[in-house]
Amino acid sequence: MSTSPSLVLNDVHKQFGKTEIIRGVNLSVQPGERVAIIGPNGAGKSTLFNLISGRFAPSSGSIHLHGQRIDGLKPFEINRQGLSRSFQITNIFPKLSVFENLRCSVLWNLGHRYSFWSFLSQLNDANALAHEWMQRIHLDHKSQELAMNLTYAEQRALEIGITMAGGANVVLLDEPTAGMSTSETSRFIHLIKEVTQGKTLLTVEHDMGVVFGLADKIAVLVYGEIIAFDTPEKVRANPRVQEAYLGSLEEQGH
Amino acid sequence: MLESNRLSTSHFEKFVWLGFALVLLVAPWVFTSNLSMTMMSQMGIAIIACLSYNVLLGQGGMLSFGHAVYSGMGSYLTIHALNAVGAGTLPIPVSLLPLIGGIAGMGFAVLLGFVTTRKSGTTFSMITLGMAELVFAMSLMFSEFFGGEAGVSANRVAGQAFLGITYGPQRQVYYLIAVYTFISVGLLYALTQTPLGRILNAVRDNPERVEFVGYNTQMVRYRAFIIAGFFAGIAGGLGALNFEIVTAEVVGPARSGAYLLFTFLGGATFFFGPVLGGVLMVLAFVLLSEITKAWLLYLGLIFLFMVVYAPGGFAALIMTNLRVIKAGAFGRLNLAYAGLLVSGCVMFGGASSLIEMIYHLQLNSSMDTQLAFAGMVLDTGSKVTWSVVIAITAAALLWFDWQRKFFISQWELVQTDIAQASQSGSAS
Amino acid sequence: MEFFFISMLNGVSYGLLLFMLSSGLTLIFSMMGVLNFAHASFYMLGAYFGYTLSGVLGFWPALLLAPVLTGAAGAFFESQVLRRVHKMGHVSELLVTFGLSYIVLEVVQLVWGRVAVEFLPPTELQGPLFTLINHSTTGLSLVSGAGGAACQSADATVSILCTPFPATRGFIMLTALGMMVSLWWVLTRTRAGLIIQAALTHPHTVETLGHNVPRIFMLVFAMGTGLAGLAGVIGGFTFITEPSMAATVGSVIFVVVVVGGIGSLSGAFLASLLIGVLQTFAVAVDYSILNMLNDLGFILSADAKNNTMLMLSISQAAPVLPYLLLVLILIFRPRGLLGKHDA
Repeated sequence: MSTSPSLVLNDVHKQFGKTEIIRGVNLSVQPGERVAIIGPNGAGKSTLFNLISGRFAPSSGSIHLHGQRIDGLKPFEINRQGLSRSFQITNIFPKLSVFENLRCSVLWNLGHRYSFWSFLSQLNDANALAHEWMQRIHLDHKSQELAMNLTYAEQRALEIGITMAGGANVVLLDEPTAGMSTSETSRFIHLIKEVTQGKTLLTVEHDMGVVFGLADKIAVLVYGEIIAFDTPEKVRANPRVQEAYLGSLEEQGH
Repeated sequence: MLESNRLSTSHFEKFVWLGFALVLLVAPWVFTSNLSMTMMSQMGIAIIACLSYNVLLGQGGMLSFGHAVYSGMGSYLTIHALNAVGAGTLPIPVSLLPLIGGIAGMGFAVLLGFVTTRKSGTTFSMITLGMAELVFAMSLMFSEFFGGEAGVSANRVAGQAFLGITYGPQRQVYYLIAVYTFISVGLLYALTQTPLGRILNAVRDNPERVEFVGYNTQMVRYRAFIIAGFFAGIAGGLGALNFEIVTAEVVGPARSGAYLLFTFLGGATFFFGPVLGGVLMVLAFVLLSEITKAWLLYLGLIFLFMVVYAPGGFAALIMTNLRVIKAGAFGRLNLAYAGLLVSGCVMFGGASSLIEMIYHLQLNSSMDTQLAFAGMVLDTGSKVTWSVVIAITAAALLWFDWQRKFFISQWELVQTDIAQASQSGSAS
Repeated sequence: MEFFFISMLNGVSYGLLLFMLSSGLTLIFSMMGVLNFAHASFYMLGAYFGYTLSGVLGFWPALLLAPVLTGAAGAFFESQVLRRVHKMGHVSELLVTFGLSYIVLEVVQLVWGRVAVEFLPPTELQGPLFTLINHSTTGLSLVSGAGGAACQSADATVSILCTPFPATRGFIMLTALGMMVSLWWVLTRTRAGLIIQAALTHPHTVETLGHNVPRIFMLVFAMGTGLAGLAGVIGGFTFITEPSMAATVGSVIFVVVVVGGIGSLSGAFLASLLIGVLQTFAVAVDYSILNMLNDLGFILSADAKNNTMLMLSISQAAPVLPYLLLVLILIFRPRGLLGKHDA
């Protein structure tokens, strides 16, 4: 594959005060690849996402999106370059309706910006796109419902919708199935596969079933370093990974 | 089905706007006294000011303690312009002078707003406070522009009369204010239906998320700040024309506090809330202040009560009750409301007796101890009177709190029923 | 020379008073995330309580009791009102303290009237603590108490300049330093203080350990407002006790907190001293841009000589200086002098 990678992390370090959370992460994700990031608690997965999406700046190292440097940029600047993320704790607009939530997420990318001279009802492109996404996440029957009145699973679906509707082609999903039951999870994975077709995807996940079903490649993050980045089968067989995940079980006498 | 809903809503909306215009037009014929004319003129101004404030508070989630800076600077620039018109150096019709106020408000918002909107939340509020104090302190320093203690005055009968309108009589000023009010309300409502307006709401609800859909939240808030400053300036300009004098208190913290208080009381979560707030502001300042010296205390207590128990203001109270009436369930609340009303009246009677007695003691202690209040004569010198009033007030307070809890339990029952009914309705 | 020294001391004492106020504000904010808009109102309450109590019980008991009463009022407010809006977010908390500031002002005017009351320092604190005497022949000397006869000169060729340092100001410094030491001791050396420190950053964890976090909140709020009350008693008899005292000092302490860096006690300390000294010196300096241009030898037109802006002296501009500082800090260093992160 000689196409240039969508997302590159080069020796990224991040410390908070004296504690170094990310200790030299190198990662290269090809366009259209679906990467799952797994690792024990406290490994730094959320921090990594926050670094990529611009919530924090790395202490050192660089991050490139489509060949452009994005480390140190503000979140909205990174988003405008084609990267979008969802949140582990649902981050929607609670007092707006489902439809309004989705419409808000498409306004900037369609070029409407800070317009106060055009009425929302006349923005056919924004309204059509919002309708389309409502159908894709199967919430069109609740279009006028206030987001805070949705069920948890519906809110998670809306969360994905808001993330994807802007048209970003590199998508970060932070524990998308957090808090869901098994049946909800499998339906949700189906939804994610549908809506992220053709996009470059990074997700943080704990559910191994989800990981092995969704991902082309798995990155294993332990103590702020990636100890393995390969196809699911190879990662499963990797001795270092086994030690990191199963070593504690052996110690307990299994 | 969605289409017919939309049509019927727009019919209702057209009706409301028409009704509003009608009320503005016809009011002087219904309320003909001089006092009414003065109050209605001030109400128009207050409505624009509170609506502009709510762009920040209700729509943007920005709590400003210094909004009077923008309306005040609008007042000052307008009154200077009015003087220039009178002196013949500014050939602008008086009718357009409030626009100068608007531009002044907007200009200052552009200048001060960039630094102010850099932060959000509590820090934003503190910055607005600091800015307001800065401008207020400056107003005492630069007496050429701010007129010192006496302020700046002008004559609004200036320049060329427009179709025979000189703005001498209050009625003419009222109609000018009414026109500006109608247009401003219309424009501010239109703002809520635009991309900027909607994204502003999103910033209020979840600023972090907004950044991740591509918007620079500071730019959104800055633009909203500028728009709010423009309309505040218009209100200020109209005020300059109405009173023909501008003193430093127009940029002062008391006025900023009044905008906050009454916009909140009117209701920050509905568009018409600040309209109600503006009306209440004038009623309080003009009428309530005549009735009792303790009016600010009552206001503060009501405000505190509303923040804790009715944060949506009177507008939300009206709307939620309308919803109950529409569902036909209002009858179930009759007992609860009655209890609330009676216990509230007794509590209020006791508390206000106490307050008036204390005032009487403080002001008239050398003279008589008899206070005539609400048809009763209270002897402020008598320990028995004091004990009785205090006991009644304390008991009524407890009784009111009990009634309040009862009311809430009844209210919740009604709300659950309404919610269930609407869900089964939509499912069918 | 004496002017500089005494003004410096005056400025530091005013700054320490500001710190007594802003430290309480910072504590409350760090712990509960609530910016107590009514903090200066508790300052005023302390002064008025002190005034009434000293009339009844004498000064020194009043000094002890007034802050306790003020802290009790704060505890009452926190438990009855503030606690109920905690879940509604920071805007509601701010609004509730805003409403309280109105109510306290009106109640004070209701009970004590709208005119300043005569709250005098006790006889022990009246008069100067010491006086600097600048004798044209014998030079600079320091005398405890008032200068008295030493300030009079019988000889017309000898000029004597006496600059007193008020005892009340010295008392402010003493109390503020005492307060700082006890606060530090309570927070770092006592069990309660350690729990408070923990609750400052991890309230939920502390709650799971079995501590009554709402009660700790109430305690901290009472402490903060009690400190404000203490500052109020002292400020009340040093400066003036009137209904507008809350408004005057209220906005300055917000500036202190932002300039120092929100949530930083040491930042509040630095900013308090800075603003205290700045204001005290500025009020005494009667120098304007016009003066400066004249001194530099510029010849000015008649118009320029009459220009209000150029004629504005530093002492006239003194009230604006803290707010100018606020704007400058916000532009160039938004996290404040010692703030840990962008506010």
